Amino acid sequence: MKKNMYVLLGLILVFNMSGCGYNSMQAGEEAVFAAWGDVEATYQRRSDLIPNLVEVVKGYATHEAETLKAVTEARAKVGSIQVSKDILKNPEAMAKFQDAQGQLSGSLSRLMVVVERYPDLKANQNFMDLQNQLEGTENRINVSRVRYNKAVQDFNTSIRTFPNSLTNSLLLHLERKEPFKADEGAKIAPKVKF
Amino acid sequence: MKIFFVIVMLLLPHLACALEVPQLRGRVNDYANMLSPDAAGRLEQLLADFEKSDSTQIVVLTIDSLEGESLEGYSIKVAEAWQIGRKKLDNGAILLIAKQERKIRIEVGRGLEGVLTDLVSGRIIRGDMSPYFRKNDYDNGIIAGVSSIIQVVRGEYQAQPRDLKQGKNGANPVFTLLVFLLVAVVFLGSFSKFLGGAAGAAGLPLIGFLTFPGLGIVVLALLGAAGFVLGLVVTFLFGSGGHGSSGGFGGPFIGGGFGGGSSGGGGFGGFSGGGGSFGGGGASGNW
Repeated sequence: MKKNMYVLLGLILVFNMSGCGYNSMQAGEEAVFAAWGDVEATYQRRSDLIPNLVEVVKGYATHEAETLKAVTEARAKVGSIQVSKDILKNPEAMAKFQDAQGQLSGSLSRLMVVVERYPDLKANQNFMDLQNQLEGTENRINVSRVRYNKAVQDFNTSIRTFPNSLTNSLLLHLERKEPFKADEGAKIAPKVKF
Repeated sequence: MKIFFVIVMLLLPHLACALEVPQLRGRVNDYANMLSPDAAGRLEQLLADFEKSDSTQIVVLTIDSLEGESLEGYSIKVAEAWQIGRKKLDNGAILLIAKQERKIRIEVGRGLEGVLTDLVSGRIIRGDMSPYFRKNDYDNGIIAGVSSIIQVVRGEYQAQPRDLKQGKNGANPVFTLLVFLLVAVVFLGSFSKFLGGAAGAAGLPLIGFLTFPGLGIVVLALLGAAGFVLGLVVTFLFGSGGHGSSGGFGGPFIGGGFGGGSSGGGGFGGFSGGGGSFGGGGASGNW
């Protein structure tokens, strides 16, 4: 009889868990990881695009070695950062990652401004294609970042609100995830010098 | 300071909705009146036929002005609201034209990104559309753009027979279950009122759980209580010679939430997105 009681108690506990967010919090964390995967993929896509872009620009914009070097270096720096899922709960690593990507964004937008001075390059079919690809990639980065932040916000809220907070502190020990902050570089528009 | 914050927070939703996503009227949504009726009709037919054969959904939207919003930001907002393309396949594309800004964007669903790449989209805008647009020949410009998109993505997906029927079947299981429950309640209620209530108390949470498997125990318990009361009411209505009005019980309960089914190809009316998702792929251009 007593054994039956325990089984019943266990069953009640199991069913109650779905009410305490045991499943939903983990689903939320998986959503964050999935969204982060998208972010990484879009950033990687941008990195893959850069060598082609640099190559095409080099052919026309012969006086812009400096700008091109900045792009290449920023890309190398991005590539040197080890990214794993652990970065998500580590504000410092996240800031470092974001900083490196921000620098690359900055140097790329400077390059695109510089390019304005070379009409031949701008009319080049290859370059126009690359420009489309770069714009598309930047747009994907934006979209994936917004979605990642949304997933993080949902998750962070879910682990802090009752009764999920209780379940989390007792059983799951899931940690808060870091959202993207607005880019420092994005606030300062690149200056055009003639 | 705090009050300032509250005011800002109150204003935020208005800012966010600076430019609302217009209603999806059909495959061609010519809000800026750029197309002649004849061209709009032809496009609508072309796109409907294409969806019938390939299941890929392509939608045209023209707007008067972006009102200061960025083209890409607005475009993804529209894409998220309309959900063009089939669920899971994500084979949708939106051709967006902002008349005053003289901007064109092709927003590409995730499932089409492989063929309708940013590069290809950019070339369609630059090479096929802009030349017509510069001559103010919007009809031919838009038709050329849509035809190019169709050419590129043709054959990427095939329409499945079930795609065409899905729209009708989408909401059916819940209806069937609820009708079944109603019959069960009335049947059991004819023995005793309590039995009718009990049937409702057991049945409603069960249906709830089957339809939305993620429901928590609390919600299910609430559904159980509601089912009990409804069961009693139904029993009472039928027991005291009430009229068939109880058929309405199922209505409000399932009313919302089921719009997202997919439309069968064909008719102009009742077109809707099929739940396709977008990741920001595509290209922008101007004329």
